[in-house]
Amino acid sequence: MNSSEPTAMREITYREAAREALHEALTNDERVFLMGEDVGRYGGSYAVSLGFLEEFGPERIRDTPLSESAFVGAGIGAAIGGMRPIVEVMTVNFSLLAADQIINTAATYLHMSGGQINVPLVIRMATGGGLQLAAQHSHSLENLYAHIPGLKVLTPATVEDVRGMLATALADPDPVLIFEHILLYNRKGLLAEQAGAVDIDRARVRREGTHVSLITYGGSLWKCMEAAELLAQQGIEAEVLDLRILRPLDDESIIATVSKTHRAVIVDEGWRSGGISAEITARIHEQAFYELDLPVQRVCAVEVPIPYAKHLEDAALPQVEEIVAAAKKVVNGHD
Amino acid sequence: MITAAEPLPDTVDGEHALVLFTQMLRVRRFEEKSAEMYSKGNIRGFLHLYIGEEAVGTGIMQSVAPQDAVVATYREHGHALLRGIPMNAVMAEMFGKQEGCSRGRGGSMHLFDKATRFIGGNAIVGGGLPVAVGYALAAKMRGTDAVAWCIFGEGAMAEGEFHESLNLAELWQLPVVFCCENNFYAMGTALDRSESETRLVEKARSYRLDAEVVDGMDVLATEAAARRAADSARSGNGPYFIEFQTYRFKAHSMFDAERYRSKEEVHEHELHGPLRTFAARLSASGLLDDDKRATLEAEIAAEIEAAVAFAEAGTPEPVDDLTRFVYSEVQP
Ligand SMILES: Cc1ncc(C[n+]2csc(CCOP(=O)(O)OP(=O)(O)O)c2C)c(N)n1
Repeated sequence: MNSSEPTAMREITYREAAREALHEALTNDERVFLMGEDVGRYGGSYAVSLGFLEEFGPERIRDTPLSESAFVGAGIGAAIGGMRPIVEVMTVNFSLLAADQIINTAATYLHMSGGQINVPLVIRMATGGGLQLAAQHSHSLENLYAHIPGLKVLTPATVEDVRGMLATALADPDPVLIFEHILLYNRKGLLAEQAGAVDIDRARVRREGTHVSLITYGGSLWKCMEAAELLAQQGIEAEVLDLRILRPLDDESIIATVSKTHRAVIVDEGWRSGGISAEITARIHEQAFYELDLPVQRVCAVEVPIPYAKHLEDAALPQVEEIVAAAKKVVNGHD
Repeated sequence: MITAAEPLPDTVDGEHALVLFTQMLRVRRFEEKSAEMYSKGNIRGFLHLYIGEEAVGTGIMQSVAPQDAVVATYREHGHALLRGIPMNAVMAEMFGKQEGCSRGRGGSMHLFDKATRFIGGNAIVGGGLPVAVGYALAAKMRGTDAVAWCIFGEGAMAEGEFHESLNLAELWQLPVVFCCENNFYAMGTALDRSESETRLVEKARSYRLDAEVVDGMDVLATEAAARRAADSARSGNGPYFIEFQTYRFKAHSMFDAERYRSKEEVHEHELHGPLRTFAARLSASGLLDDDKRATLEAEIAAEIEAAVAFAEAGTPEPVDDLTRFVYSEVQP
């Protein structure tokens, strides 16, 4: 493509971009099929696959019984057997019923077989809070999967990423988990007409800045962008790093932004204890200790099961004001 | 008391019967050697022997076609050998050497072989069932006539994965043969102490699978059942369930003091063991005499000695390779 030509852009929702990605995958590769609870007749619990059943038929748009372990495991078996399944798990909370297959099987077979049996499986699931769905539908357990060697963990936050990561994940020879934050589905963004596959290796700077780095991913990206806007009004230029991939972490980009701003705030909807924010803090400590002017700050979910009541849920999840406050604290050295 | 053995029925080919016997004997002797190597410290970790159950795997494997996949458990040395993974590679795996079929990363419980579509060695009770269902789904979607053979103990039938998998396989009419090796104990828990319904076929039938129970100590019976299952699954009739009633003669693993059953009970079953009874029938049919037996034993012993030597001479994988194969080495 001629780079001097302006790329035509269009506005699109995250849901629609996810849907385009799936549509393209199903169209381009006969081995691809979508399987999960209510992906067909119902149209997907977040309406991402609406209309697919009519277009691709019940062989390739497979409604499954409520058996997370069996259909995730069947995805593994089908992947080994030469297909390219996309398994949808309604939300990350339910994926715990398939944790055996994801962690004990998908993540282990390649290594345990001495490199023989790879599992080219893609699992999509919704994650995160903010819709008052309470403690069994609102958690951000992607942290848990990011702990597991053998898995790749993607957290598309933009329409470009949700549109482009799927194709790359499907081309990957190993199991890839894609986490879609529930608050993003209705969010609009600009997408190039010719948008296609994107890398699943590198974090991306979403906003340049010099005073502090806001390191985040998924649904929290937009809270950080908003916080950066507010900070700019107060003369603080925040750089926002979108991790995009939680496993493997892109250390280079993390260290680069910290080395540039010398101050870091990590924003994560997962809990602080033992979560990805703790991991990133440790890596900064290990690899860029002398770059830091002040200790790393973290804005994470409060350590409670996410509650139902709106005011309590808001209080439990990271909010823009807290991000602003944490950023000011590392920049000014005090609250 | 062993009563005089009945000769084989005329319908059974003598040569073939000898092959079945030899295969069972090979597994038995291999397992005995494994136990010996365990006490010497060459094999470590968990070791689950198949002694007493050889007729099951031997019968099943007669119907496993090259295009088929086998998904097994941690008690799978016999299945691996019968499927055709070279004995050298199996022994070397248990020795933890890189010449092993999983490069020493799996050990006794995780034998894998892509060439023969031996999809593990799964040590999560019930964990292999969904994988076998998925393999069968791929076979069906791709229009091949491959069958997925899923082997598990009766202990797995209490797990949710069993129920989810049978339901899904039947719902989607997938070519899976569910082979339950019922040795009546899950570690120390007897069947009737873990199942509210001990007629296991009824569980499979409740999901509308074709299901049968066979004498897992009789290799002719296991072979015939597996053939019926293969014919049915391969011709598009959906999944099939077989309960093979058998018995484990040795401890669950090398860590088991066997407090949950009496020596007399074990002894009683040994008297009706699959090798002993089949050998007697072969003799009664004039197919096996002392000389023939000695020749077979010698051939098998030689193969096993060679496998031990191969495993001993094997090399440990360099520690520098530790993090290989967490992800595929060839990336797009
Ligand atoms: C999910 C799970 N729970 C418990 C165990 C521990 N365990 C290993 S083997 C076994 C007994 C299984 O019995 P069965 O399925 O009948 O097979 P057998 O060992 O008799 O061949 C148990 C409880 C395990 N490996 N996996």
